[in-house]
This record gives sequence, structure tokens and C-alpha cells, in this order.
Amino acid sequence: HQSAYESDNIKVLCRNPDDYVRETTRDIQRVPRNYDPTLHPFEVPREYTRALNATKLERVFAKPFVASLDGHRDGISCITKHAKSLSTVISGACDGEVKLWNLPRQECLRTVQAHEGFVRGICSRFCGTSFFTVGDDKTIKQWNLEAPGYGVREEPINTILGKAVFTGIDHHQRESTFVTCGQTVDIWDEQRSSPIRSFSWGVDSFSCVRYNPVETELLASCASDRSIVLYDTRESAPLRKVIMQLRSNTLCWNPMEAYYFTCANEDYNLYTYDIRHLDVPVTVHMDHVSAVLDVDYSPTGREFVSASFDKTIRIFPKDKGHSREVYHTKRMQHVICVRWSADNKYVLSGSDEMNIRLWKANASEKLGLLSTREKAAAHYNKKLIEKFQHHPQVRRIARHRHLPGDILKQKREQREMKEARRRREQNVRKHSKPGSVPLLTEKEKHVAAVVE
Amino acid sequence: MAADEEELSINEQAISASEDEEGSDDERKHKKLLEAISSMGSRKRKKQNERSEASVQVSEFFVNAEGTGEKVNLSDLLGTVEKTSGASNKTKKQLRNLQSSKETLELPLNKQQTEKIQRGIAYEKTAAEVSCWRNIILQNQKAEQMVFPLNQESPGPKRVEQVVAGWKVQTPLEQEIFRLLHINSQPVDDPVLTPVEEQSLKAMSLEEAKIRRAELQKARALQSYYEAKAKREKKIKSKKYHKVQRKAKCKDFLKQFDEMVKTNPEGALEELKKMELSRMEERMSLKHQNSGKWAKSKAIMAKYDDSARKAMQEQLQMNKDLTQKIVVPSDDEHESNEEGLETIPDFVNDSEPVIDSVNPWMRGQLTHEEPEVSCVTTEDVQTAEEENEEEELVGEFERKRKLRQADEEDLIPTEEERKRAGLKKIQPASEVVEEDVVEVSDKEEEDDDDDDEEEEEEDVSEFNTLFRLMRSEKTLEGSNQTREGLNTPGQEDEEGLLNEGQIRVRNIEDLEVLGEFVDPQPIAEPSLPRTAAVEATSEPPYKKKREIDLKEVLTKEAKAVKVPFLPTVVDEEERDEQISIIKEAFAGDDVISDFIKDKSKLEAAGRPEVVDLTLPGWGEWGGVGLKPSRWKRKRERDEQISIIKEAFAGDDVISDFIKDKSKLEAAGRPEVVDLTLPGWGEWGGVGLKPSRWKRKRFRIKTAPPPPRQDQKLPDVIISENRNASVASHQVSQLPFPFQNTAQFESSIRTPIGPTWNTQSVVKNMTKPKVITKMGAIIEPMVKEDFIKNKTTTPGGKGPAIMLGENKRAKEGTKRSSEKHRGRRSQKRRK
Repeated sequence: HQSAYESDNIKVLCRNPDDYVRETTRDIQRVPRNYDPTLHPFEVPREYTRALNATKLERVFAKPFVASLDGHRDGISCITKHAKSLSTVISGACDGEVKLWNLPRQECLRTVQAHEGFVRGICSRFCGTSFFTVGDDKTIKQWNLEAPGYGVREEPINTILGKAVFTGIDHHQRESTFVTCGQTVDIWDEQRSSPIRSFSWGVDSFSCVRYNPVETELLASCASDRSIVLYDTRESAPLRKVIMQLRSNTLCWNPMEAYYFTCANEDYNLYTYDIRHLDVPVTVHMDHVSAVLDVDYSPTGREFVSASFDKTIRIFPKDKGHSREVYHTKRMQHVICVRWSADNKYVLSGSDEMNIRLWKANASEKLGLLSTREKAAAHYNKKLIEKFQHHPQVRRIARHRHLPGDILKQKREQREMKEARRRREQNVRKHSKPGSVPLLTEKEKHVAAVVE
Repeated sequence: MAADEEELSINEQAISASEDEEGSDDERKHKKLLEAISSMGSRKRKKQNERSEASVQVSEFFVNAEGTGEKVNLSDLLGTVEKTSGASNKTKKQLRNLQSSKETLELPLNKQQTEKIQRGIAYEKTAAEVSCWRNIILQNQKAEQMVFPLNQESPGPKRVEQVVAGWKVQTPLEQEIFRLLHINSQPVDDPVLTPVEEQSLKAMSLEEAKIRRAELQKARALQSYYEAKAKREKKIKSKKYHKVQRKAKCKDFLKQFDEMVKTNPEGALEELKKMELSRMEERMSLKHQNSGKWAKSKAIMAKYDDSARKAMQEQLQMNKDLTQKIVVPSDDEHESNEEGLETIPDFVNDSEPVIDSVNPWMRGQLTHEEPEVSCVTTEDVQTAEEENEEEELVGEFERKRKLRQADEEDLIPTEEERKRAGLKKIQPASEVVEEDVVEVSDKEEEDDDDDDEEEEEEDVSEFNTLFRLMRSEKTLEGSNQTREGLNTPGQEDEEGLLNEGQIRVRNIEDLEVLGEFVDPQPIAEPSLPRTAAVEATSEPPYKKKREIDLKEVLTKEAKAVKVPFLPTVVDEEERDEQISIIKEAFAGDDVISDFIKDKSKLEAAGRPEVVDLTLPGWGEWGGVGLKPSRWKRKRERDEQISIIKEAFAGDDVISDFIKDKSKLEAAGRPEVVDLTLPGWGEWGGVGLKPSRWKRKRFRIKTAPPPPRQDQKLPDVIISENRNASVASHQVSQLPFPFQNTAQFESSIRTPIGPTWNTQSVVKNMTKPKVITKMGAIIEPMVKEDFIKNKTTTPGGKGPAIMLGENKRAKEGTKRSSEKHRGRRSQKRRK
């Protein structure tokens, strides 16, 4: 009774230990927080400082180069991803050798002398059990992905001897047909030794052919007459042709947006087209200072990577005119082929000097498993940079990239040339009859014709 | 006949067969024989063709087909068609038309053109097919967050049914069973729901069900509360309590009824009917008639007991109330009432019992009077001396006032009378003193609209209350005044200033009337504005008005003060003092310019507008696109210029601008820093100045700033406030997606960090646009997953057991089993 009496009169501070005791020692200390804005003034300046720091740190940690895979004895001519395994990559070289690589271990699993002369194209079957190669020896070969047993000779599963050199190959997304290009674009059934259909439209050679990964019956090819030709495998004739000012080397379909593709052109630019409106490209992507040799979309369809003769790789957002990232190293020569890994994390490039390089797709991203706090911090920093991206200091730091001297020089040169050309055009327009020299936008300049 | 012929032909066949074998000798004989036979018959027989030479076309019957080389003409067909009855008229007609038409078919297109057309068609088809992705693509582009790989399977263990789902029927018996089950839309596996169940589930999701349940619970709880409450209240024995309750209810009801009359007249009528019914009942019954037992007993008591008497009276009153007929106010009645009603309260015209001669309201006449400084109350803390002085002053003032009053009354009796008349005439619109003249006139017109009437009534009542209030206040004040007296003139000014108005519009008549008392400079007294209503009372609004120039007296914007009064005489000195005080008080606001602006506005409003009198086609050619000639336009422009000049005649903009600029320049000039210490190194003291060398040495001039940007631009001020050190961190242009700076600023202003936001908010605000799963292959979109009703599965190929999740995929697919396998194994990383 007495205690009750006392408790009535004496007030004791009493707290619930749940509010301040952490459950395990590995937990962080619980700190009660007051979000009253008056207690936390200067939001904008503080966030600005944070954004600036985040931007700087992003640049500090931007170390995109992961690994180099060496072992080829000639320039790499083509790379392909394994359809079902992230860690396997197949590459072909100019001496006809094909190598299978294990990426995490950074080692060559298998070497196959596939062709005489160049290996022009490789593609993996959708199920990931075999792959196809085409080479300068006019053959298409299908290889098993499993290595043969000890002492057994490397033999292709199938060999098809064609009439002319094949320059490219691509496999259907989920059916057992594939397409090759050379003098014509041929569609093959895996079970047959002759093409089930072949398209030609007054062109003598094609350099690249690709299946649309979404609308799987659609095809696009780059031809040597500066054109890009579209096909539908269900139709007997090709669909349409765009002729550009210069030749396109390769093209790649957007894996998430069925009607967009991007082509890598000899005129240093990349063009994204909407196949429903071929007369004008949707976007012109400029930044390279030499011919663009290869292009590949990220599996999310948001960005693509391009390889160029100017010894750099650039990453472009799909709807932006300029690149967000440029990768180069001292030793990397002309980059012949490039691929974006299927988990959206890495970029692979094969170059003239016989090396395959592995890059991070996000230069400053921390690899490996992140703790939730790390993740939250990364997201916050990213958002801060995005929020303050228009502020000059942030922009300046975020956009700063180091470029090799010769590329920088070329870039400057080209800017001058472009300016001169523009000036000249202006002068011509000024001194000719009004309306006789039409004002063309950058997009319109590069398309010569659309042929039905 | 037919039989004969057949026989004949058989004979002939036989003969011809032998003929082949025997030779030409027999042939001749046979011919002779035939001729003989034919000559015997009277009828002419049709001559049969014979195959005499080698021919490509050999008839079935070894006879040369007649006309084999020739084409079948349409006419041949027609002949037989015409005869046959079976052929329809339509075909006959068509055939006839065909026969008559002479056109030839066109040549087929050449190969290039046909191919082009084919390509065009194929392209169109493909483009249309591809366009079905548009919505999905747009949606993905707009999506705040995309998670890759798309269509991820939910993690964790799966139900047995899902695992079994891929199983296919194989034996014919199984097929038969499943077919039956599918036909009857029965669940193939036990735990799987029937379509009906699924539908019911869809109809009410879990959340909805929960919400609904919560609602029901709440309703039930409330009901029980009410019930309990009612029970409790019913149990209360106190009669008083119930009485109070009843009365409150009654009051409530009345209130509701009043509202109902306005909002829901039909409902009100119903209520009225109910009331009527209760009245009737009351009349029928003997209740409240004091005829009951209780009443009788009370009646006996009534002689001696006051309360009993009261109670009886109450009863009677109740009866009276209840039996009283309810009067429904009709519109006509209302109007008549309105007309009968004096809109002016009586006491307006009452002659005043002179409580306070100072107050014009109290006298019932509206003459200009001395300002009543109502804020006297603040002068509580005053010394006794002052009070004495004040009292003296007050006495003086009183005397003066009385004198003046007497004079006034002598001088302008007519005036006053007229004013009174005017006041009588105008309607209570003069209630609030700032009422518009227009409104007054409106009131005079006496619209018959109900609303107006109501308003008027309200006005009247308001007016009455106001009037009463004022009266009481005044009486109070008056008594106060007599006690405290008036302030000294200076204080009065200071006090009054804050509430004072600025423009004082007065009639000439007023001035004339006041002429005697007003000095040559009558302005000095800070005056309160005369209000429009008062003016309206005194004379019609179109009367000429003269403004008193208040440039000297700087006063604030007019505030509504209801009491008009006369200016008093103030000395020259006092006036100056006042002006200075006023100026100090209004140092901040540019009252003069405001005043000038107002004035110019008024002037502009009063001035006749420029009427464009140019008739386009008059005196020259007219038409669309033709302008009036130059002299016309010039004249107009001149007019415009003059108007603008007039409008800005008051304010000197240019000199203002120059002043501003020179001020800015002066502010930017470097200042001299004086660091001389007076007594240091030499004698110091009063009257001694530091030596010249010292001054030269220690007065430091800072370096002049770079020349101003607007140095050579006389009519431009370029602000140099921009801070270069901060500028490098500021955004100079509005970035792209933003429409205006406000948007952009607000986007920057909202913090996203955990310092300012709770965890969940931060998480939500900083969520990345693209999330990828580590080590998972992101496959391209699969058409069947996104675009439905594309194709249907062929009969037996699909899995026998279909589940909710798989149904959709199955409907539009013929995805191979390899695909499925691929999906499963995609997480595996070799």
C-alpha cells in the first residue's frame, strides 16, 4: 500500500527500453530524430554541397576497366554473349580462331580453329547448347558448347558450304532458324543444308544482319550500297530500304522497344531509326571522331554502347545526341566489336590488338553485393546529382572526361570543319535565290533516299 | 432410235476392227456394201467421220473427235444454255454480256512494279503490326521505375498446383477426362478455384472486404452506443431533466424548421401539416384545459398558493399556444406589410433630448462638427496638473462650441431643414455611412423583388441596432468627455493622425456655410473624410465639388470614420508643427505620389475620352487593309502624346530616375578609411588636429571599383548586385523540362535527404529509375507476354492444367517448351 501511495505522488521518469535498446549489437544505434524543418535549416545549400561531393566522388571512383582477356593471336573480329550463361563469352579472331572465355575467372576455356581466314560472325543458339560461326572460307559451322572429351578432335556438329563468303550471322530468338548475310540475305533452317529463303534487292554484299529480338520475324541488314534493308521472314520480298550518305557497318535492335534500331555509320555517327518512319532518323548520336564499327544495346534498352575506329568506346543514352561516357586505354587500338552483358552491368570490347576488355557499364558503380545502407547512399547520391545536374559546377565535374590527345585534337579539328561547312552553307544560301538552298536539319542531312 | 444407233455403231466398230486386220481389199468391198445398204434405206444417214490419218487427239471411241483443233466458242455454249432450263437467268445474262463485250485484258505489270507493290503492302502490314507496341513503349518510358528482368517469377516456394501446371495429358482416357472437365469449366485440380469462385473473389478483394467489415463493425458499435444512451436517458427520473430536454428539442426543431423553410419548402409544408394536425388534436382533447383531476386540485390550492396559480396559468398558456393557428406568410401580405412599414426607424426623426450637444447623431441632424477623438481612452496616465489644465481647456472649448452652434442655427436654418428632409427622404441606405449613392437610388426605386425586400429589412434592422449602439456609446463618451475633457490640440493631432483620411471632398456650399469659421488656410486641421452617404443627404451627387489641395497636409488613405465635422481654426505655427509631424510619420510611404496618382486617375476618368472619329472610307479610298491617311493618323498620334503628357504631368519620372542613378553611383564609390589616431606621436587634446602628413599617411583610399557598366548609358541602370563568387554556382538558364523558374526553384527547394525526410519518404524519393537483379539475364521482351489475343494455341499442345497465372501466357502463345525451360534456368549462373 505504501508503495502505491508513493507512486501516486512521486513521478518517475520511465522509458520504454524498446525505444533505445538495439536488438543485436550489430544493429546501428537507434537515434530518435526530430524532423522539424526549423531544426535543420539550409536544406538547399546543404544538399547542394552533398550533390557536389557526390559528383566529385563519382568521378573519383570512376574506374571502369575491369579486366583484359588476352590469348587471341590476331585482331578480334567478333564477340557474342552466351544465351543462357552470363559468365561465358565467345570470340572470334581474324585468324579463324574461336575462343570461349570464362569471365569471372578471366580465362580461356577452349580454343577452336574454326575457319581459314577471318571468323566473320558468331552467334549463340537461343538454348545455349551450341553456337554458329561463319568465316571467309564460305562455310557455316555449328559447334557444340560442351568441350569434346580428352583426345577427341574438335569437330563441328554441322558444316554448310555456301556459294559465297558469309559476312554475318544471327540466330532466331526462339526457333531453330538463323540468318546469314553475304551476297544475299539467307534464312536457314538448322536441319537443312540450303537456305529456306534468300532475299536480294540489287545489292551485291551485306555486312551485317540482325533479327529483331522482340518482333522475331523482322530482320534488318546493312548493305554495302550505303543502305539498310528491312525484311520480314514471312514475306517473299524485302520491306523497305533506306539509303544513307555513307555506309552503315552494323546495326542493333532495341531489345525493349520493338520498332527502334540503331546503326553504326562510317560518318562517325550513330543513327536511331523508327522503322515506321524511315525517312528521318529519330536521333543522331554524335561524338566519335572516326568510323563507328559496332553497336550493341543494353538489355534494358535504355542505352547502347558503340565501338569506333578512333580507339574508344562510348555509351549513349538511347535518346540523347551525345554520349554519357567514353572509355579508352592507352593500349586499346581500333575497337572492332563491342557487346553489353546480359545483366546490364558490363561491356565487352574486342579490339585490333588481340585483347578483349571488360568494362563496367557504370564507371563508378561499386561491384558486388551492397548492404542496404550502401545501396541507399548510392541511390541518394545518384538522385542528388540528378537533382542538381543543371548547376554549372556539378555539370562541369560530372561531364569532365579525360581524352587522349590525338582524339581531342581530332575532335577540335572536326568541330572546326563542321563550323566551316556550316558557314559555307550559310554563305551559299545567302547568295542564292531564296528557297533554292533549303535549310536541312542535322537529322535530314544524312538520309539520301528511302526506297520502297 | 437411240438403241438402233447404238447397235449400228457397234457394228461399225466391229467392222472397222476387222478392216484393220484384213487390208484394203476388204475395205473396198465393205464400202460397196455400205453404199448398197445406205441406198436401200429411205432416210439419209449422217455420215460418220473416219480416222484416216495419224492424229494427236484420239477419241475415246476410236473416232476422230470433231472440231478438236478448234476452240469452243462462247456462242456454242450459249446455244445449249439457252435450251437447258436448269441454268439460271443470271448466268445466261452474264454469258450474253461477255459475248457482247469487246475489251481485251490489260497486260500484267512488269516484275519490278509488282515487287514494289508487294513490298509496299508488306511494309504497311509490318508497320501496323509493330505499332501495337506503342502503348507499352510509351508506358515504359514514362514509368517511374522499371524492374528488370521483366515478368519475374515470384520468389519463394510455389504451390503444388503451379508446379503441376506444366503437366500434359497423354493417354486418350486422360484427354477425354480433361476435355470434359474443361467443357464444364470445372477445376482440374482441387485447390484451384472454379471460375465462379474466382469471379466472386475478383468482385471483392481482401482489402475491400476488410474495409467493409470495419465499417460494419463501426456501425454496429455506434448503434449499440446509441441504444445504451437512450436507455440510460429513459431511466432518468428527474422531471426537470426531461422538461429541459423537451424544450431543447423544441428549440432545435424550430431552428430546423426555419432552415427548412429556406432550403426545403416542401418538407416545411409537411411539417406545417403535422403541426396543424397536432393543433386539431389539442383542440379536440381536454388536455391543458384545467379540467382534469390535477387541475381541479390546483384550482383549490390556487387561492392560497402562488405557484399553483402559476402552474395553472402555464397550462392555459400552453393550450393557447398549441391551438393558435399557424400563419403562413404569403407574398402579397409580405409586400403590403413592407409598404406599411416605415423603413426608417422612428427615432431618427425624433427630436433629441439634448444629452450631448456635441454629437450630431444625438441631435438628429447631420451638421459638420468638431472631430470626436474617440481614442481618448489612452490618456489614462496623466498628471493632476495636466488634468487641471485640460479641464480649463475643455471649458473653453465648450463655450466656443456653444457659441458657434448658436450662430450656425441662426445662419442656416433652411439648410438644416433641408438636410432633415433629405434624411427623411432617403431610405435607410444611409445606414452604413459609406454606402454608394447608386445603391441609395436603387433603394428609392423600391424593387418589388423579395430578395431586395429582405435585404432592406435586414438593413433596417442592422441600422437600428447600429444606431442604438452608437447612441449608447456616444452617451458614454459624452459623459467621459465631460469628465476627462478634450486633449490639448497637439495631442489631438497626434492621436488623430493615424486614423485620418487624406482626401477631403467638400462642396462649395459647405465651404460657404463654413466660411465664417474657416481661416484663409482652412486645411491645417486634420480632417476626416466626409462620407458619400452624408453628401448624398445634403445634395444631389452631380453637384460641383471642389477639392482642397492636400499636398501640404500629408495624410494617409481615407479610413471610414462615421462622424463628419468641421475644420477648426489652427495657428500658423501649429500647422507647421503638424506638417512636420505628419511628414515624419509618413516618412516611409510616398504619400504624395500616391495622392498625385489618384488625382491624375480621377482626372483622367473625368476627362473626355479620345473618340476615334476617323471614318475609314471618308474623303479617301476605303477597304480592307487600307489605313486612314497620314494626316489623320498624325493628328491622332499628337492627341495621344498630349494625353500621355497630361497623364504624367504630375510626376517627374526623369528626374527621379536620374536621382536613383546618382544614388547608386554614390553607393558604389569607394570610401576613405580614416585610421589616424589623434594623440599618437604628437600632442593631442581638444582643438588639436592630427598633422597633415599623418592624415595623408593614415587616410586610406581603397582602389576604385571597375567602372560601372551603365557609365556611358545615361538612360539605363544596370544593377551590379550580382555576386560573381556565387554566380558560378547558380543556374543561368532555365533547364529544359521546366516551364518557369518557379517550377525549377520548387524542385530544388524540396530536400530529398534523410536529414529532412523520414526513411520511407527518402526511400520513395530516391528510388532509382532502373533496377536490375544481380546475376540475372535480362531477356528481350516477349511479344506474347505483352500483347494479348495474338494467336491461339493449337488443341492438344498446351498443358492440361491451366492456372490463373499461366492462362494469360498460354492464351496468346505457342512458346516452345524450351523457352519455359530457359526461364526457369535463367537464374543459374554457370
